[in-house]
Amino acid sequence: MQNEISKDVDHKRFVAEPLTWVVNYADYLYAFAMSRLRNEAVAKDLVQDTFLAALQRLDTFEGKSQEKTWLTAILKNKIADFYRKKSSVALRDLKISDAEGEQHNFFDAETGHWNKEHSPGAFGLEAEDPLMMKELRAILNDCIAKLPGLWSAVFSMKHMDDLESELICTELKLTAANFWVIMHRTKLNLRACLQKNWN
Amino acid sequence: MTNALKNIIYNCNQATFLIEKKMAGKISAAQTLQLKVHLAGCSVCKLYMQQSLLINRLFSSFSAADFKLDEAFKISLTKKIEREINKN
Repeated sequence: MQNEISKDVDHKRFVAEPLTWVVNYADYLYAFAMSRLRNEAVAKDLVQDTFLAALQRLDTFEGKSQEKTWLTAILKNKIADFYRKKSSVALRDLKISDAEGEQHNFFDAETGHWNKEHSPGAFGLEAEDPLMMKELRAILNDCIAKLPGLWSAVFSMKHMDDLESELICTELKLTAANFWVIMHRTKLNLRACLQKNWN
Repeated sequence: MTNALKNIIYNCNQATFLIEKKMAGKISAAQTLQLKVHLAGCSVCKLYMQQSLLINRLFSSFSAADFKLDEAFKISLTKKIEREINKN
């Protein structure tokens, strides 16, 4: 299939056919959005926004790339916008210093020791059973959904998109120091959430 | 013993911070040594590190290919696109 398409590349320019978009690309774009957002409602919204935005600028589709590539590029921008919006709302709601303050729940403020009630305990899965991993992953997705917006934006961009830390700081207007505080906080929270809901 | 080393040996807050920074970026040679000393004596942070790695692995092994849109949503999408086209 892929080969047939690429053979045609030299011979003709691609034509946009919006009436076939849903059949041809909706599932692909949805899976793409899900891999980055892990949230069904948001992924659906962004797929819809992508199609509608693409219709608005059909005239900018020059036929140099395939429709799929073009639509995916629009979706990528929508996802980046989503992160930016989410983190700016979160910045308004939650200052970085709050993130540092909350850290004291996990550790003794004086000594930096784990507070007993937050001290990690074994998950009790020695062998990595694929079914267990699947269940754990579902729990983890719920835990991410509960994070403050800025944290989940930072974490998603780092781990799902595998972006450079510097790029994330620029995008979300964070200092490197704040970035690492958030990464640390996020992992402490996710780990605790996983333990609480798994055991 | 230097102060930095003394501080980290007993400080799990700092140790877990270095664990995260090491996994997602990099830490200095001195910090690597501090962390090593801490982990040698702290089984709780060692467990934390294993679990933190597991969480990262859970993410990277996520497969979105299983996700499909439901038919009802696709039908509503198609209708919206048709409506937009007819507007123009």
